[in-house]
Amino acid sequence: MIHSLFLINSSGDIFLEKHWKSVVSRSVCDYFFEAQERATEAENVPPVIPTPHHYLLSVYRHKIFFVAVIQTEVPPLFVIEFLHRVVDTFQDYFGVCSEPVIKDNVVVVYEVLEEMLDNGFPLATESNILKELIKPPTILRTVVNTITGSTNVGDQLPTGQLSVVPWRRTGVKYTNNEAYFDVIEEIDAIIDKSGSTITAEIQGVIDACVKLTGMPDLTLSFMNPRLLDDVSFHPCVRFKRWESERILSFIPPDGNFRLLSYHVSAQNLVAIPVYVKHNISFRDSSSLGRFEITVGPKQTMGKTIEGVTVTSQLPRGVLNMSLVPSQGAHTFDPVTKMLSWDVGKINPQKLPSLKGTMSLQAGASKPDENPTINLQFKIQQLAISGLKVNRLDMYGEKYKPFKGIKYMTKAGKFQVRT
Amino acid sequence: MQRFLQLPGAAVRPGGREADQEAASPVLAPEGGAPPWYQALQPEELRWLQAPEEDTTPEESLEGPCPEPGQGQSQSQPLRHDDLKAMLDTNKDSLKLEAMKRIVAMIARGKNASDLFPAVVKNVACKNIEVKKLVYVYLVRYAEEQQDLALLSISTFQRGLKDPNQLIRASALRVLSSIRVPIIVPIMMLAIKEAASDMSPYVRKTAAHAIPKLYSLDSDQKDQLIEVIEKLLADKTTLVAGSVVMAFEEVCPERIDLIHKNYRKLCNLLIDVEEWGQVVIISMLTRYARTQFLSPTQNESLLEENSEKAFYGSEEDEAKGPGSEEAASTALPTRKPYVMDPDHRLLLRNTKPLLQSRSAAVVMAVAQLYFHLAPKAEVGVIAKALVRLLRSHSEVQYVVLQNVATMSIKRRVSTGPRPALVVQQGMFEPYLKSFYIRSTDPTQIKILKLEVLTNLANETNIPTVLREFQTYIRSMDKDFVAATIQAIGRCATNIGRVRDTCLNGLVQLLSNRDELVVAESVVVIKKLLQMQPAQHGEIIKHLAKLTDNIQVPMARASILWLIGEYCEHVPRIAPDVLRKMAKSFTAEEDIVKLQVINLAAKLYLTNSKQTKLLTQYVLSLAKYDQNYDIRDRARFTRQLIVPSEQGGALSRHAKKLFLAPKPAPVLESSFKDRDHFQLGSLSHLLNAKATGYQELPDWPEEAPDPSVRNVEVPEWTKCSNREKRKEKEKPFYSDSEGESGPTESADSDPESESESESKSSSESGSGESSSESDNEDQEEDEEKGRSSESEQSEEEGKKKKMKKRKKVPEGQEGGSSSDEGSDSSSSSSESEMTSETEEEQVEPASWRKKTPPSSKSAPAAKEVSLLDLEDFTPPSVQPVSPPTVVSTSLAADLEGLTLTDSPLVPSLLSPVSGAGRQELLHRVAGEGLAVDYTFSRQPFSGDPHMVSVHIHFSNSSDTPIKGLHVGTPKLPPGISIQEFPEIESLAPGESTTVVMGINFCDSTQAANFQLCTQTRQFYVSIQPPVGELMAPVFLSENEFKKEQAKLTGMNEITEKLTLPDTCRSDHIVVQKVTATANLGRVPCGTSDEYRFAGRTLTSGSLVLLTLDARPTGAAQLTVNSEKMVIGTMLVKDVVQALTQ
Repeated sequence: MIHSLFLINSSGDIFLEKHWKSVVSRSVCDYFFEAQERATEAENVPPVIPTPHHYLLSVYRHKIFFVAVIQTEVPPLFVIEFLHRVVDTFQDYFGVCSEPVIKDNVVVVYEVLEEMLDNGFPLATESNILKELIKPPTILRTVVNTITGSTNVGDQLPTGQLSVVPWRRTGVKYTNNEAYFDVIEEIDAIIDKSGSTITAEIQGVIDACVKLTGMPDLTLSFMNPRLLDDVSFHPCVRFKRWESERILSFIPPDGNFRLLSYHVSAQNLVAIPVYVKHNISFRDSSSLGRFEITVGPKQTMGKTIEGVTVTSQLPRGVLNMSLVPSQGAHTFDPVTKMLSWDVGKINPQKLPSLKGTMSLQAGASKPDENPTINLQFKIQQLAISGLKVNRLDMYGEKYKPFKGIKYMTKAGKFQVRT
Repeated sequence: MQRFLQLPGAAVRPGGREADQEAASPVLAPEGGAPPWYQALQPEELRWLQAPEEDTTPEESLEGPCPEPGQGQSQSQPLRHDDLKAMLDTNKDSLKLEAMKRIVAMIARGKNASDLFPAVVKNVACKNIEVKKLVYVYLVRYAEEQQDLALLSISTFQRGLKDPNQLIRASALRVLSSIRVPIIVPIMMLAIKEAASDMSPYVRKTAAHAIPKLYSLDSDQKDQLIEVIEKLLADKTTLVAGSVVMAFEEVCPERIDLIHKNYRKLCNLLIDVEEWGQVVIISMLTRYARTQFLSPTQNESLLEENSEKAFYGSEEDEAKGPGSEEAASTALPTRKPYVMDPDHRLLLRNTKPLLQSRSAAVVMAVAQLYFHLAPKAEVGVIAKALVRLLRSHSEVQYVVLQNVATMSIKRRVSTGPRPALVVQQGMFEPYLKSFYIRSTDPTQIKILKLEVLTNLANETNIPTVLREFQTYIRSMDKDFVAATIQAIGRCATNIGRVRDTCLNGLVQLLSNRDELVVAESVVVIKKLLQMQPAQHGEIIKHLAKLTDNIQVPMARASILWLIGEYCEHVPRIAPDVLRKMAKSFTAEEDIVKLQVINLAAKLYLTNSKQTKLLTQYVLSLAKYDQNYDIRDRARFTRQLIVPSEQGGALSRHAKKLFLAPKPAPVLESSFKDRDHFQLGSLSHLLNAKATGYQELPDWPEEAPDPSVRNVEVPEWTKCSNREKRKEKEKPFYSDSEGESGPTESADSDPESESESESKSSSESGSGESSSESDNEDQEEDEEKGRSSESEQSEEEGKKKKMKKRKKVPEGQEGGSSSDEGSDSSSSSSESEMTSETEEEQVEPASWRKKTPPSSKSAPAAKEVSLLDLEDFTPPSVQPVSPPTVVSTSLAADLEGLTLTDSPLVPSLLSPVSGAGRQELLHRVAGEGLAVDYTFSRQPFSGDPHMVSVHIHFSNSSDTPIKGLHVGTPKLPPGISIQEFPEIESLAPGESTTVVMGINFCDSTQAANFQLCTQTRQFYVSIQPPVGELMAPVFLSENEFKKEQAKLTGMNEITEKLTLPDTCRSDHIVVQKVTATANLGRVPCGTSDEYRFAGRTLTSGSLVLLTLDARPTGAAQLTVNSEKMVIGTMLVKDVVQALTQ
């Protein structure tokens, strides 16, 4: 299966290597570098690169390439999924996954990788188990270790792996028992020039942070479960129960995890909470272009739209822009031609707008494409699909936990074509 | 490192020095700043600096030369490693740990630390667990290079293998097997064998992992390893399953025979195996199924005709049209109907829930399994899950899109040229918009999405697709624009209707400012023009003008070729183009030069008067070209076209050679031929066979003996011949066998067990064609089965709580399988029995033994909460009509996944179809055309307010009936009809089914319309039973009560009735009610109350039905509905159904 793993930073240095079978020379990465060069942009590097004796499968996250070397046929998604799991684990352990952090914690990283794969086949990938095997570094623990000389490696061998609930640690204890669920929905949409919706769909997730003592058995039910069209579960969810009663019943992992992700059926009309009025025009034979955007609320169910940012990749012909925002701050990078405007909250009384001119390359003909506008926004306390959690019950433990549900709507891939 | 940051500045300095040394290393970033490796270590070092006794060693290390040993150079830096050695030799664990950490950091960076081997290996028995682990890491890394020294550590592991702690045993085995030293092969073999029979499943799992390691070290051990694999395959724990199958795949994938006995167990365990194991098992089972079962599609055409089609087809299949049925009717007498092997079905059923997995790899694995193994009608379920993956990381998208591209094209190819079969490829069509391209997608994703969009384009959606493409053409990403133009070209070739539109669009692009766009357009236009050159003289002229401006060689070459090929359409321009080209000949690219020669030759042959000299000029230029291809071509052409004494024989045919009509090119997807690779595999992705790729075998002609999968009956049951069912009980105990199997272990295993049980029994029934005599045997067996089950149930007793959860799904499973088997009643009784077991474990097992085994009395047993079981049983009052069964089995299979009303998926809550076939037009009255109709109870895809009605035409006359369509309907106000597409022709003896939608506007008024053929018109009318005017809704008990409370008074209709003896069991009651009305069952707490809920189709008002049945037979029926008329009629119908 997975032979070796190389971590490569954006400047092309291999800063970590790990082999699970016999050693593969790092020169194999030269093929990768070649492909990287050809692709010009990092995200265009093909995820699978065949070389004469090996295959290189890579993922690109946090500006790091995780390149797995395999020698024989294996489903590519198997490897890619695993690599993403590795990144998630690092993130879970160190808060961020970046080159300096990995270098700082190289020993922990190595120990974790050692546990995750045995002979190239995934062994322990659940973060709860891993954390029992190798404790994540914290400031406190580092200090304690320095003084007492104890180590990051769990002195008890983990039992989680043997249990039938492999995702949960045993013997969890908390003084404050609490369970939080965040229902986060993202709207993916493409809006065309005239403001009509070409495609819009809602993708939601329920992220949970559960800190409960013992072995609690939770059930979560929805007011309107039929909204959920396509769901995928954390392995802890009992599928049969969902199928028959539309109730989520599970013994939760300890800590943060993604309980469920869902898709709201495309048949339901998606409420689009914002609109963008735009007037972007280039004139032939003139070195100036007009640029005007206004963002306004629409179907927000009475909630405020916050955290609005507008980004747009302008055509190469644009040399510079002189714009005046009615609120927020904007930047334009003349090299990458990326305009970004941090709007903040939308005040329905006074709609934010960004107006001004673009200076174009003199003599060049007008670009044939108007730029696409990408929108980011957040709406608190609202799940745009209307999904509502009905109740959360706990069985199997005696104490009364604190329960909290939060709703949020965000823009996913929200694009306005101009 | 946080600690480090707090240290005073002076202490940091050694780090700076390190950095200078490190700068020499090519591996590290040259820009300044201390490399973090050392930062990580320094605090410790600093601590020693403060501790006088350790003072020297770390200092030394800091003063050592550049720590870049390189291969073989390590001896030159003794100093640096000496300090590590010294640290390893101390008694202090903290020092050892520090040394090990530094060594591991070196390994991580890819530096050679092999010369430390002796010092490190000594610490293999260190007490400190972290040191030990790091030593293991080191050992595994370098043991191969230092084999002799590595042997020193072996005894430690051998001791570990005997440790009472399972985790230590496992870890010892893990490291021992990872040391790649050939001498210890026998020791490893021994250790693996021993561990394979360890009592701890975790150790057994480790043993499974060790197998491929040993195999790669010494392949001579294969035979012995296969024995171990065989043994571990029989293991019943989920922990081991994934690992051992992985070992199987690496060591002996060809020994498919080892799987037989474990096949069903693997299928049943699958859902509980961890994600990685699931992927491996699924892809192995795909291969297995391809060798063991018959193709579900082989007799597909046959299925249409035969009643058996019901199981696997859908109405889409039926809509295939007359062509296939012709084939079917000829095939009918010769081939026996295809019946899916129950084991095949088991696999499909048990993998389906995994489409909901969070792991993309698992979803993909299931998708490919369905793609390769499922009957066509069922493959559609994977589309939604695959589309979901498109939200994931771009790498995942990349792989998924590649596979979707293949799948979408495959569907097209398989459907062939018959346009009626468009439905077949429709798997992804509802998701067309999910493949729309965003400007932020990476180019490689854009191009793949484009590929999929092109594959999905068809007559109906092409306008939308082209409009999308139009946006794409204006993109800034030029590679993507080029790909879009090609895509337009492909759409134009595939869909004749839009060819001209596309061509015009492309011609417009010729005036684009970007040369790449123009060039790409020219190339595509050239291909399109080849299809119908005569009409496009203008375009060719336009292209000819472009030669002045366009510089892209491929485009120039294309234009020249076009002009040459169609020079008779542009007789005036062609010679002029040649003149210009002759002028610039020397400056052209090779590919253009070749085309110039071609053009010259063609013109010479057609218009030698004007071009003779030009041609000779071009040929002479070419003669002295640098490229030998061009020289060669020139010589060859000259010989051919210019008549000379000796070359006469050929030149007579020159016209034929040069001006032969050329077939139009086919613009095809590059994914066309990829489907011979197993989808989701690396080989498929690369379109080349990867090392170790296992070919996906073709379906066998004849199914191998299915009995090989039977497993011997456990001794404690007396049942002898029904192993199929019996062996399913084994996995049931599997998990509780493990060392630590507390509460959860029973959770899922029993489910699968009982599922498969009811399943296999019913399906084997159908497999044996379920003749009467067979039935008797079966019943006998059933009884045996039951008795053994009840034994089992006693053991299950304590797990009551866990089991409750499973009741309902099990019921569904049992029910759906009963549809497949014709022996439905016995199977449903079977599953009922199991569920009952859970419900009332107090009841002594003997009670059940007394239950008469006949299928009739079995349902009489009390059974409460099987949600849908009854729905699935074909109504006994009405004849079972084939198309109803189509929908039911399909629905049963699909329901696990979805809750939508999307057209692909029949409504899950009403899997039963309505009343049986009703006659619309009698054969005699219709002059040979007989028309029946059924209410399919599936949502009508066009309009949710419509009742979908399946209309079956059959032609019993001896002339074909042509032009069947619906004539002008005379409809009462409010009622509307969605007509079915015209049936062009119905050959004698053939029959076909179409779907039509009628909006009855919540009334039972008849819809009158005319059925027209080319010659006749028949007045017909469809009057719906009131029960068909609604669709089931899913309500919980509480919701039901809440709604019911709102609908009292006038809206409540109550009727008292006495239930006859024959219909006092839940089973029959529920079945009768659901057969009468299209309602969904609502779970209910009390045993003698039944609740059903539905909504009327047009107005969406709730219809709630409650039946309160006393054991004595007295019963009260209540219907609550806003629509009083409907309520009243419904009461009447239900009472009639129940009392008759």
